[in-house]
Amino acid sequence: MTLIEPLPEPILEPLADIGGPAQPLLDVKNLTKHFPVGGGFLAEKKTVRAVDDVSFSIAKGETVGIVGESGCGKSTTARLLMHLMPRNAGEILFDGETVGGTLGMRDFRRGMQMVFQDSYASLNPRLTIEDSIAFGPKVHGIADRDARALARELMDKVGLRPEVFANRYPHEVSGGQRQRVNIARALALKPRLVILDEAVSALDKSVEAQVLNLLTDLKREFGLTYLFISHDLNVVRYISDRVLVMYLGQVVELGPVDEVWDGPAHPYTRALLAAMPALDPDQRTQEPPITGDPPNPIDPPAGCRFHTRCSFFEPVCAEVCPALSPVAGGAHSAACHMVIPGSGHSRAPQSLAPKAGDIAGATP
Amino acid sequence: MNAPLVDIRDLTIRFTGERTVYAVNGVSLSLGEGEVLGLLGESGSGKSVTMRALMRLLPKKRTVISGSVAVAGQDVLAMDDATLSAFRGRTVSMIFQEPALALDPVYTIGQQIAESVKRHEGASHATATARALEMLELVRIPSAKRRLDAYPHEMSGGMRQRAMIALALACKPKILLADEPTTALDATVQIQILLLLRELQREMGMSVIFVTHDIGVAIEICDKVAVMYAGQIVETGTLGDIVRTPRHPYPQGLLASTVHGARRGARLQTIPGTPPSLDQAPAACSFAPRCAHAQQRCTERLPPDVELAPGRTVRCVLAENPVPAS
Repeated sequence: MTLIEPLPEPILEPLADIGGPAQPLLDVKNLTKHFPVGGGFLAEKKTVRAVDDVSFSIAKGETVGIVGESGCGKSTTARLLMHLMPRNAGEILFDGETVGGTLGMRDFRRGMQMVFQDSYASLNPRLTIEDSIAFGPKVHGIADRDARALARELMDKVGLRPEVFANRYPHEVSGGQRQRVNIARALALKPRLVILDEAVSALDKSVEAQVLNLLTDLKREFGLTYLFISHDLNVVRYISDRVLVMYLGQVVELGPVDEVWDGPAHPYTRALLAAMPALDPDQRTQEPPITGDPPNPIDPPAGCRFHTRCSFFEPVCAEVCPALSPVAGGAHSAACHMVIPGSGHSRAPQSLAPKAGDIAGATP
Repeated sequence: MNAPLVDIRDLTIRFTGERTVYAVNGVSLSLGEGEVLGLLGESGSGKSVTMRALMRLLPKKRTVISGSVAVAGQDVLAMDDATLSAFRGRTVSMIFQEPALALDPVYTIGQQIAESVKRHEGASHATATARALEMLELVRIPSAKRRLDAYPHEMSGGMRQRAMIALALACKPKILLADEPTTALDATVQIQILLLLRELQREMGMSVIFVTHDIGVAIEICDKVAVMYAGQIVETGTLGDIVRTPRHPYPQGLLASTVHGARRGARLQTIPGTPPSLDQAPAACSFAPRCAHAQQRCTERLPPDVELAPGRTVRCVLAENPVPAS
């Protein structure tokens, strides 16, 4: 052993896997975010229940999709998970650790990164692409030279030739290329979980397919876990293992993507799937699956939030908010009175509980 | 059929200014009465610019237009301002992607519709307001009477889009131009608006040009489709032709790269590269750099516009010699 060993260059290593494969990478419990609105002089104070009691987990190496319409809380959920805004209630465990507890914010940010929808707004217009990608590693103590080398390596990985693109500014490249820059920047800190918030939604279809292929390749190469948020059901089905369907701040259905697609249990999920344009000129949609717009998330409907648009509405729906419950004969769950035995809905499955029949008998 | 309602011949539009953009390069289109034509293309392919030229909405100072645009026998490019304002809304009307930006925020929906009726038909205030109510009911706005007095910001996105359709159709135009009217809407609302437009088109017998980037949307509403790429129409045909047997490599690639029904984990087919910048007038096939079938002649001169059948054209050298479709 020599006496003077050259100091090793600080290189970012991915955070260590603590809990092993059985422990979910991300465990979210009862996540809640309410925004107060109004409340000026004489004005009534109101609350936007953007995210209301959302619980789910993401296993290591899994891709979980979140679908829903605008205002359903998908992006707020992403921002809460990234700790970009404080939450009102709930717990977020990253590989078993709480942020601020055993896991510092600095390390947490290395472990989880995010790609946003607007590729232009999320890049600093005054930094070149290379500078943008190298910025994060430098903050985390990597020498300038090494950070730049890393940036160039990542540019290569996302399909941008470094010698062409390194010194360009965000406005000098196309939307698809900018989104590749954002992906490279997210990967620069060697994250374990990447949140993709509508990351391909603004891209043209031919470019969207390229970026989806890239995401699949990167996932395999870096052993990533994705949380993929999109309003495009086709994309979510293609990329996700499991899916979360959100409506007005709540999870209404959750399960393996094929099972949810083939046997949707919640009327809203069914409507969403039926609203997709058919790709066959002979099978055009004839009837809109549901009418009306999603209600305002300010003071959402009581009980089941979907009851105002649901064709299976019964009095119980307006009174009791259904909990996420397992769907009979499946591995997925839905928050609908029609899957909860003995809920009081006439279409609810018969349960062993003696009370169920009595309540069901009360409805027409 | 007699003369087409819309007849665009060799339309070329160039924007000048700090840099020159060749937005539309030799587009020819025709639309018969009661037809629904889809203009399909990606951003920057010139579809919206073509629509705007049809209503002469492009900024005069910075736009150089050549070619001819005839609507219902009138030469649109030669109209003076008075003729033009009588023509807009009466013969042709347009609905836009973002109703919140297209509607006037300081007037109620009822006032805006009534104004258009008064202007074009010289109707009295009472008649115009009655028509406004009738239109809101036609587009199935619930409690229409109350909504007459609503301002655009008081309505939801889907409602606003319905109100804009009501406004556009108030004077019973012969042609409706729809520029991505459902793109900004949620999935469950989008399908409602598409079905509404389909129904209104049938009831009123008007012609529609529907601009979209989403082939699924085009399939729900169009009879004919024209696919645009880099300011040119690369293929036209019936909806079935384009969806089932596209002949140009670009629509072929677009249809193949769709994630609809793709198996999870399977690689998606893609069109490599990105669309060209439009700072030069095309001298060769614009798609050649991304095309798997490109030959030397594709990069040397403009590809021919091959007519396979009436109303079915393909701008590609491959279409010249009939090859059995794969």
